[in-house]
Amino acid sequence: MLFFSYFKDLVGREVTVELKNDLAIRGTLHSVDQYLNIKLENTRVVDEDKYPHMRSVRNCFIRGSVVRYVQLPPDGVDIELLHDATRREARGG
Amino acid sequence: MATGLGLESLVDQTISVITNDGRNIVGVLRGFDQATNLILDESHERVYSTKEGVQQLVLGLYIIRGDNISVVGELDEDLDSNLDMSKLRAHPLKPVVH
Repeated sequence: MLFFSYFKDLVGREVTVELKNDLAIRGTLHSVDQYLNIKLENTRVVDEDKYPHMRSVRNCFIRGSVVRYVQLPPDGVDIELLHDATRREARGG
Repeated sequence: MATGLGLESLVDQTISVITNDGRNIVGVLRGFDQATNLILDESHERVYSTKEGVQQLVLGLYIIRGDNISVVGELDEDLDSNLDMSKLRAHPLKPVVH
């Protein structure tokens, strides 16, 4: 639940999602659900010359199970807050 | 839930699906469920290669199991009609490696 809440706070921010097939998609985070499925708006594939497969796609849904990394805006992480929340979670609430 | 979850907004729209084995299937979304299983109508596969333009294979009505789905994209019809598929050359997408 922690990372679900965390991603919900990032809605509206620009992120880059790297998939497990090496495709990297940049866009505005529109929503996230309990499976960490991600919806992006105004998407661009990072290396569009190599991957023209999504040239006519501007909004997309990415299945949580294929996400390798999510690159966040530099000020998108409050590390102290995340540390505390993670410790709290580890203690069981 | 505050965030617009799921694929409701894409029902009856043309979507482009990338599967875990790297295939690209385009069709009209007719239904889906919580596991991202999809029902695609009037679908076709776009086969990318470096030797020739994009080949389109007609598939018809398809059900894709959610396990096998990477990305579901809303196809912008204007952008898509401006693409010259016969000139597009690219390696097929790599399969997903978990």
